[in-house]
Amino acid sequence: MKRRLLLLLPLVGFLVLSIFLYRGLSLDPFHRDSALLARDFPAFDKVTLEDPERRVDRALLEGQVTLVNVWGEWCPACKLEMPQLLDLADRGIRLVGINYKDTREKGLEFLEEFGNPFEVNIFDPEGNLGFELGVYGAPETFLVDRDGIIRYHHTGYIDPQDVREQILPEVQKWQ
Amino acid sequence: MLIQMIPEIGHFALALALLMALVQSVMPLAGAATRRPLWMAYARPMATGQFAFVLLAYLCLTASYMLDDFSVANVANNSNSMLPWYYKLSAVWGNHEGSMLLWILMLAGWGFAVARFSRDLPEVMLARVLGVMGMVSVGFLLFSLVTSNPFERLLPHMPADGADLNPLLQDFGLIVHPPTLYMGYVGFSVVFAFAIAALLGGRLDAAWTRWARPWTNVAWAFLTVGIALGSWWAYYELGWGGWWFWDPVENASLLPWLTGTALIHSLAVTEKRGSFKSWTVLLAISTFSLSLLGTFLVRSGVLTSVHAFANDPSRGFFILMLLGITVGLSLLVFALRAPRVSHAVGFSWMSRDALLLINNIMLVIMTITVLLGTVYPLLLDALGLGKISVGPPYFNALFVPLTVIMCLFMGLGPVSRWKRMDGRELWRRLALSGLTALVIGILAPLLYGGEWNLWVAIGLVSALWLVLPILRDLHDKSAKASSRLAGLKRLSLAYWGMVLGHVGVAVTIVGVAVVSNYNVERNVRLAPGDSVQVAGYEFTMTELRARRGPNFLADTATIEVSREGSSRSFVMAPEKRIYIARGMPMTQVALRPGFFRDLYVAMGEDLEDGSWAMRIQYKPFVRWLWLGGLLMAAGGVLAVLDRRYRSRRRSEEDTRVTTTSREATA
Repeated sequence: MKRRLLLLLPLVGFLVLSIFLYRGLSLDPFHRDSALLARDFPAFDKVTLEDPERRVDRALLEGQVTLVNVWGEWCPACKLEMPQLLDLADRGIRLVGINYKDTREKGLEFLEEFGNPFEVNIFDPEGNLGFELGVYGAPETFLVDRDGIIRYHHTGYIDPQDVREQILPEVQKWQ
Repeated sequence: MLIQMIPEIGHFALALALLMALVQSVMPLAGAATRRPLWMAYARPMATGQFAFVLLAYLCLTASYMLDDFSVANVANNSNSMLPWYYKLSAVWGNHEGSMLLWILMLAGWGFAVARFSRDLPEVMLARVLGVMGMVSVGFLLFSLVTSNPFERLLPHMPADGADLNPLLQDFGLIVHPPTLYMGYVGFSVVFAFAIAALLGGRLDAAWTRWARPWTNVAWAFLTVGIALGSWWAYYELGWGGWWFWDPVENASLLPWLTGTALIHSLAVTEKRGSFKSWTVLLAISTFSLSLLGTFLVRSGVLTSVHAFANDPSRGFFILMLLGITVGLSLLVFALRAPRVSHAVGFSWMSRDALLLINNIMLVIMTITVLLGTVYPLLLDALGLGKISVGPPYFNALFVPLTVIMCLFMGLGPVSRWKRMDGRELWRRLALSGLTALVIGILAPLLYGGEWNLWVAIGLVSALWLVLPILRDLHDKSAKASSRLAGLKRLSLAYWGMVLGHVGVAVTIVGVAVVSNYNVERNVRLAPGDSVQVAGYEFTMTELRARRGPNFLADTATIEVSREGSSRSFVMAPEKRIYIARGMPMTQVALRPGFFRDLYVAMGEDLEDGSWAMRIQYKPFVRWLWLGGLLMAAGGVLAVLDRRYRSRRRSEEDTRVTTTSREATA
């Protein structure tokens, strides 16, 4: 009897996993943080990637509509996304980066190679600002209005079609 | 008229295939339960008919692509009239619906192969095996027809041209990678069906493992090649020279590979020694279940990944139900029918049995490590503990040491004996190999540019530890024959398969260790006329020009490369492309492959003063990664070609002999 119970273990393990997978279905990672929408951008006090002496806080994001992009050198999709971000910067949109779970050296190298569309990059090596933002994996992009309130969130890589159909209209809406 | 109806014909064929699969899953199983030969006889023709109609549906979808029928939504979203014909052919599986159809085609194909090549299988067994496969088919055909119809029309407002295939997928790698990978995933359905059939029949002896082994090896070989191709494709197509990202979808393919590897070893033990019976069945179920889990993760949108298909919650729910029914039911059958008493054949801790057990345990630990890392973000999220992402550091920190530990035991396996062996004899066989591996492994990194690296040393020692004892074994085994060559020729193909497989692992380990630690990477700015030196090579940009391809515009750089101190030079031409239909930029890497190193040049950004940012990489031994994979797969196939599997009459007598302790090979 004992052994029969032992043989049931795989089934039990699988059922537990299925419950999580089922929950996972309703927690669509692409819509998950609507709770953050219309909220203040979380408070932070961090140094920048470019200059370890310079501290920035939430005031950085006030006064102007800003796209905040979470990226890391380790993230393949971030590299694919760079041309679109450069394009957005060329259109005069202000971009601020969050260098997420990265080292300073690697982050700077990345910008050197793939171009730098960001006015400044917030250095977040432990990823706690990303955590506050509910970042699931880079790249993710937040639109912050001039009062520092999150108005739009894009999960995953921004392709040229997203630029035209989602990012630009959203930016115009809050400008 | 007929041509305009192609999508409807395909749709109808798919529905007919579903009906056949239904009959295939009901009649033979009922016949086996009630011992009615006539009912059981439905298995073969239904499996054949199902395959024929799925094939017809698949050909219809392919025809719609080739004929640029943009009234079919699937074609309109994933093809374009400018797309070259071979990409139209492969675009069929470059999207969710089409790749699902390919998945089903392969499932039906494996079923057809079982029906065709299992003449020596008892009718009852065949009926059960095909019945189980029919059930799986029913699930996926329903999934395709209900949620992912590839033949959906966009009428009356059909677009004038298609949205084009994602440029990342317009590549030779996409032509070959998914089909190979799917052949592996789906191929495990055969051993799964055998295991369930054995459970249902209550005959968990060595017989089912003997029948299932060739199918498992072939599926495993396909999966191995599929993973290697995927890694190779990522390497040259994504443009930054990485070859494994621990992306959820990559992990999804690694999981069944790990349990599949454990399975082919465990099957060997069950066949030869009659032990590990329940364990082998559980591995067979797990391996196919993990293939299904991979399908769920990729297509449901629960995890974010570069590979993820566009998703739709109803699909996710459907696949989860499929997964739940298939895996839940089979684990339930396992819990109820697996042998209660383990009449395991005893073995000492110093034996091949024990080593294979350790190998299995290590592989399962590795599987759990990767599985946890992959679903951990999901678990935390579901428990409301926040959202995190698990990155390569986690996987590397656990997976690498686990691999090293496994290699330790893996080196012992081939030279050990079944049941029990003398410790002194093992020592005698291994001492020299071990010492040689240590000396060479530790010294070799010094020779390589004089820069010693611990991980490279560990990798080399592990790899040599896998290879040297086998060489020693070959030496011993061929000693008694009249000549060495005659001695080697006498060894069975199954043994050679093992040798190739293990050497393949060693080759891959060398590749991983060296390229991960001795990779040279330089980001440089180059304008025409500039040159730069990287890792002993001189790169000179001689020309920069714009060109037009069939469906893209490109900036092409011509770079002359010569080895330092050599007058011979060659040309590399990296490209930056913009695909017209989607406006999507792509980096086309220039590669100079070699057995001991690759040179890798990728164009970064246009720096406006006429120069370009370029990434130049020197990647030593990177080819060994994939070469090892090919060797492993070749080993798996070679083992199938062994005489034992070809002789039909012998299988009859062997079903009775479950435990033989002849000196045999795994």
